[in-house]
Amino acid sequence: MGLFYLFAAVAVLASLLVIAQRNPIYSVLLLIASFGALSGLYVMLEAPFVAVIQIIVYAGAIMVLFLFVVMLLNAPHEDTDYDERVHPLMRPGPMRFGGVLAIALALELVWALTKRAESGRFAGGAVSSVAAIGRLLFTQYAFAFEVTSVLIIAAMVGAVVLARREDWR
Amino acid sequence: MLTPVLIAQILLTLFVFFMLLNSAAIMVYVERKVAAFIQQRLGPYLVGPKGMLQPLADVVKLMFKEELRPKAADAFLFALAPIISATCAFAAFAVVPFGAETTFFGLLNEPIKLQVADVNVAVLIIFAIASMGVYGIVLAGWSSNSKYSLLGGLRSSAQMISYELSYGMALASVLLLGNSLSLTDIVNHQAGAWLHVIPKWFVFLQPVGFLIFMTAGIAETNRAPFDFPEAEQELVAGYHTEYSSMSFAMFFLAEYINMVTVSAVATDLFLGGWHGPLLPESLGWIWFLLKVAALLFFYVWMRWTLPRYRYDQLMAFGWKLLLPLSVVNLLVTAAGVLYFGA
Repeated sequence: MGLFYLFAAVAVLASLLVIAQRNPIYSVLLLIASFGALSGLYVMLEAPFVAVIQIIVYAGAIMVLFLFVVMLLNAPHEDTDYDERVHPLMRPGPMRFGGVLAIALALELVWALTKRAESGRFAGGAVSSVAAIGRLLFTQYAFAFEVTSVLIIAAMVGAVVLARREDWR
Repeated sequence: MLTPVLIAQILLTLFVFFMLLNSAAIMVYVERKVAAFIQQRLGPYLVGPKGMLQPLADVVKLMFKEELRPKAADAFLFALAPIISATCAFAAFAVVPFGAETTFFGLLNEPIKLQVADVNVAVLIIFAIASMGVYGIVLAGWSSNSKYSLLGGLRSSAQMISYELSYGMALASVLLLGNSLSLTDIVNHQAGAWLHVIPKWFVFLQPVGFLIFMTAGIAETNRAPFDFPEAEQELVAGYHTEYSSMSFAMFFLAEYINMVTVSAVATDLFLGGWHGPLLPESLGWIWFLLKVAALLFFYVWMRWTLPRYRYDQLMAFGWKLLLPLSVVNLLVTAAGVLYFGA
């Protein structure tokens, strides 16, 4: 249990520091630390496969790309004078939007913690086997799996459209 | 609590750590001697018999050098980067098995595995740690606040992302053959021989996979002909331009240990690990060492034979040739496993 609190504390603290950070490079690194702590939690849930995939996909591939882009832009001080004076979390936009998100998150947490988890539970030990995960993913959760891939493609197309310059038309 | 098995396990862990450190020193010597041989020179010959104490002299020199840091560098990340590199290099070897179970000639009651940690997802852990190692290089490049270092760091991240995919695909095709994620299982799958002559190594079933793995492995460890992060003619010394003394030595150490790890993993995955003819199972680690040494020699040989690629050639090669090839290889392997049975 002590380990759980350690990993949980690291994950929460690192995630908080990600947004309370001026230098984007440090934000990226703190996000990696948070992923590492999450992967520790997966190990404690006896799901080593999920833990390692978490590291390979998020920390090893996606965050390297993030870091690559942040380094390529290399703009740790893109803030204006107003931004320099006011802390990122204290500006009007983040204050309102963040407030809504925080309330939503709090409601969800209360709902999740008060409702006892009886549905959708795995049989003991099933998550540790790669074959079991693969079988479940392509049978029971095939629809969610495919929908995720459609979502990702939509996001990719959206990113390409947004990044395209007008004068190329 | 301190049972003999536990003590043996702790000693084994320390031994592996010590030997990894040693392997880097030996590789420095071998690299210089082989390079000298290829270029018809003598190589180091003054320090100790046949220059064998040269690595020791190098280390002493490095330890007594001054630790420099550029004024505008990010102090915390500048110090952290070599630590990440060295830690990842050592950690990856923890799950590599290098011999059959042994009782150390009857010293122990129950046999222990010649491996620091037997994890059932060992292959993936090596892959994960290898992909974390890139942070050391990237952060070193960024935190130095120097254009050469930054370019070296950027190059290495682009290179590692490109080659990791092919590396992973080559791993996956072996996983299909071995039907397991544990390196020990995969090695034991390769015991025995076809027709009593040809050993049942996966390299014979996966010749393309082996080539892809070794090529991507060379790119992952930033060795020539893929040593762009530190191309001296263009980037001074790449990501470690601003480093000196022991923090430089840590990058150096990490590079050589990564080489040893990639060779050891290739031995376990493709060359039958500790299985081989003539020697009994308990002396299998000799076979393992011989195979790793052969692969390491190949590494050095490549470095002093081939010139460096151009950067766009490297990217084109990785994305347009190696990746499609590895996908096709994976598909063919999967079809074969489905048709013939694992």
